[in-house]
Amino acid sequence: MRIRALVIRIIRQFLRDKRTLGMMVIAPIFILTLMSLVFSGSHYEPVIGVINIDEEIVMNFEEQNAVVKQYEKEEELIEALQNKEIDGYLQLGISPKITLEGSDPTVNQAVFQTIKMVLGGQEGGTKPEVTYYYGAEDMGTFDNIGPFLIGFFVFFFVFLIAGVSFLRERTSGTLEKLLSTPLRRWEIVVGYVLGFGMFTTIQSAIIVWFSIHVLDMMMFGSIGLVMLVTLVLSITALTLGTLLSAFARNELQIIQFIPIVIVPQVFFSGLFNIDVMDPWLRSIGVVMPLTYGGEAMRDIMIRGKGLEDIAGYLMILLAFSILFMLLNSLALKKHRKL
Amino acid sequence: MNTTPVIDVTEIGKHFGNKTVLKNITMSVVQGEIFGLLGPSGAGKTTLVKMIAGIDTGDSGEVTVLNVTMPSFAVLNKTGFMSQSDALYGELSALDNLEFFSSIYGLKKAKRKERIREVINLVNLLDDLKKPVNQFSGGMKRRLSLAISLLHEPEILILDEPTVGIDPVLRQSIWDELRRLSQNGTTILVTTHVMDEAEKCDRLGMLRAGRLLAMGTPEDLKTQTGARSLEGAFLQYGGARK
Repeated sequence: MRIRALVIRIIRQFLRDKRTLGMMVIAPIFILTLMSLVFSGSHYEPVIGVINIDEEIVMNFEEQNAVVKQYEKEEELIEALQNKEIDGYLQLGISPKITLEGSDPTVNQAVFQTIKMVLGGQEGGTKPEVTYYYGAEDMGTFDNIGPFLIGFFVFFFVFLIAGVSFLRERTSGTLEKLLSTPLRRWEIVVGYVLGFGMFTTIQSAIIVWFSIHVLDMMMFGSIGLVMLVTLVLSITALTLGTLLSAFARNELQIIQFIPIVIVPQVFFSGLFNIDVMDPWLRSIGVVMPLTYGGEAMRDIMIRGKGLEDIAGYLMILLAFSILFMLLNSLALKKHRKL
Repeated sequence: MNTTPVIDVTEIGKHFGNKTVLKNITMSVVQGEIFGLLGPSGAGKTTLVKMIAGIDTGDSGEVTVLNVTMPSFAVLNKTGFMSQSDALYGELSALDNLEFFSSIYGLKKAKRKERIREVINLVNLLDDLKKPVNQFSGGMKRRLSLAISLLHEPEILILDEPTVGIDPVLRQSIWDELRRLSQNGTTILVTTHVMDEAEKCDRLGMLRAGRLLAMGTPEDLKTQTGARSLEGAFLQYGGARK
């Protein structure tokens, strides 16, 4: 009988919390949809740069579903590679030379396979010489996604913890108490960023150090720079978490933000190759902080780029943080108008 | 007694959805008095005192405190608010909590020490100063909350059910202290649902279902209704409006 009473009570609670009920259905559908969009994308079409090549060979490439771009000089090829206009280039000579962009093993493979097919039909198996512009031949998938994963996990946990602790401030009444003092709303928001910032600095440093020295991730750039990107990314997560806690009534509702806010970032910010998706799908990544964090991390760790190359990404992440802080300060108006 | 009103509530109304929480409330509290808001839970007491404390806003009407429309930063520094929930950081010690809030009010180091000693003695928690708050009993938490609201020596003290869960002896000593504060010029607005506590107030407002039924000294309210107790008076006013 007591069990029955319990069951009835739980059912009633669920019925009162329509949102949690909705999440049980909508969240899995949402994630499954995302996954189907990501994984049903068509086969990757490599873009290959060439210099003054026979029409016949170009035709052969097109038969292999590859895109061929013609250039005049080798300098142009390198520039195109750096700007990600091409995935690799082919130079024909006594022995053919392939240069791969190198940061994504899947793309490397696609370029290499296509060229091999085309050349195989041409001159009966001269072994091409392969060089990697970035990365190296022994680069594994983990080396490619690792920099992104560092950013992702830092983002995820900072988001959760910051969200829950700011929520506790609301539910315990301490936020109200704070607002009954002359404390400004923005002071509360900034205070949180700074207080948490201390811990996220330490957290970023430890995670980055561990990934590079213990997990032995591929690392061509400066470790200090990786820590900086991680820290800036975690500030973005912190400001987003505290902002969204305004829209949650309890811890459970914070957790419900994971499939809405965190999971899509896994799919659209660069963990998977988004080049195979429809252009409108690709553009979703533009609004996601992890797109910029992940790309900056890859630039440093795999491509060995410096501060001036990733400064733009850092600026965007900081802009996100400032936006979230402003919005949070506004959200606090719900409690006190001033 | 001084008759300068320090809290002026004018035709305040408030809805949550289609539920009326407060309807057309007009009242004022004069300097140095202990004003009690008496009513059952759900009457709208908390909503009303929150508006006076500046952390809620009505849909209509106006609240002025010390002649300034609320909320105002200048006034927030002169009011002390103790909410119904204890609003303490459980992981921190009592001392940590006191230090945190006195810093928020901008008390200087020497002053901070002095005030913390004063308020902690007042609520009798000196021996528990170093203990984390989540090991406190309900009554101890209430006392610490009260101590925190007194830290910056506010001119106006707003207390939402301050004595819930506090034993009678300590309750008496807290009321004695409230009386002493009011004699020194502090205005005190207190909510309660306990009749014998209401008796201790200088003036009372009886609140029920978002309406202010009556206002006056406990004696007046009893004489007007011919009731022998405040409870009787409350029933009379409540019944008359049905």
